[in-house]
Amino acid sequence: MPLIEVDGVSHTYAAQRRPVLHDVSVRLTEHRIGVIGANGSGKSTFARLLNGLVLPSRGSVRVDGHDTRRDGKRVRQLVGFCFTDPDAQIVMPTVAEDVAFSLRRRDLRGRSLDGRVVEVLSRFGLAEHAEHPAHLLSGGQKQLLALASVLVTEPALLVMDEPTTLLDLRNADRIADLIAGLDEQVVLLTHQLDLLDGYDRVLVFDEGRLVDDGSPGDAIAHYRRLMRASR
Amino acid sequence: MKLLGLIGLAVLTQLLPTWWHDLLLLLLVVALYPLARISLVFAVRQLRALWWVLTAIAVAQVVFASWQVATSVVATILLLVLAAGLVTLTTTTTAMSDVVVGALRPFRRFGVSPERVGLLLALSIRSVPIMLGLAEQIRDAQRARGLRASPRTFAVPLLVRALRHAQLLGDALVARGVDD
Repeated sequence: MPLIEVDGVSHTYAAQRRPVLHDVSVRLTEHRIGVIGANGSGKSTFARLLNGLVLPSRGSVRVDGHDTRRDGKRVRQLVGFCFTDPDAQIVMPTVAEDVAFSLRRRDLRGRSLDGRVVEVLSRFGLAEHAEHPAHLLSGGQKQLLALASVLVTEPALLVMDEPTTLLDLRNADRIADLIAGLDEQVVLLTHQLDLLDGYDRVLVFDEGRLVDDGSPGDAIAHYRRLMRASR
Repeated sequence: MKLLGLIGLAVLTQLLPTWWHDLLLLLLVVALYPLARISLVFAVRQLRALWWVLTAIAVAQVVFASWQVATSVVATILLLVLAAGLVTLTTTTTAMSDVVVGALRPFRRFGVSPERVGLLLALSIRSVPIMLGLAEQIRDAQRARGLRASPRTFAVPLLVRALRHAQLLGDALVARGVDD
């Protein structure tokens, strides 16, 4: 598993005065890591720090020894990112083309590219939709495609920002089962706390601070107390 | 190859001597649809938005020129639109984008990034259904609140949501290594 090192990170977006993250330090090596917190707690910014989408205003983030500020390209090869809304992540008009797009970025061409696309679409149950326009897929299928397009490049770490939020229960379960079966290290941000059953470690964010870091049971109990207190 | 064929077809239409040559060429293009295993109904559906324009052009040509000229002009427009539709329907966006990238490569020395233009083409095609979806959501929201359709209350939220989508799409492209 790649080592994720977040050292003394604070972040303030250019358009805002208030920092969204305050002095966060954490080292993550576990296979399954959950991140929870209220809306606006800073957890999405934390996730975006991990693949260099956001560079910290202060402090540093390293993945497998590569600094996101100095070696962003290598970090993005190591870290796949899956967004909440798959429509914002699918960039090509058809299913197969979107998966192929990821591989072309890695200079794969010709038959080896086609073979890899077929293989990945079969694994994700999308083979029969290969030539279909992406916008005609269901919400669950779109999220599967978004995941397939990220995982086809074989990242060592997958960061997922609320991937089941827009899905119905059946599709959310399908995505959850798929995540559970992945060999890759996963950092999952979610409001669906039952998805974190069996996770190795859960981080709790509140108002930009890392306020708990431990087993799912303890962290979720802390989060529930926080939410009750803020009513 | 297909794009060159399309350009060749456009040139050929200008060289045909009579209106019935244009009609013959139109029939030939129509016949290509079943050969490409695409329903003719689909071909006709592509032309739906053009009927009014074609009618206006035909009437104007009959009044100011002759029915032969009107037939020739309308047949030429129809066959070029249908041929362009056929190229689009039988070519992947990736292949079209590759052609654009290849054609623009000589312009790299002037600061043009062919890969960016190719990506822009793919993103434009992908964005059409997204924008239609956003427009439908806004119209539904307006109806649900009993608001009358007005350009301002429609355009402003559409613009805001389109910009938000563009921002998310930009993040996704960076996350997928487009900038690297």
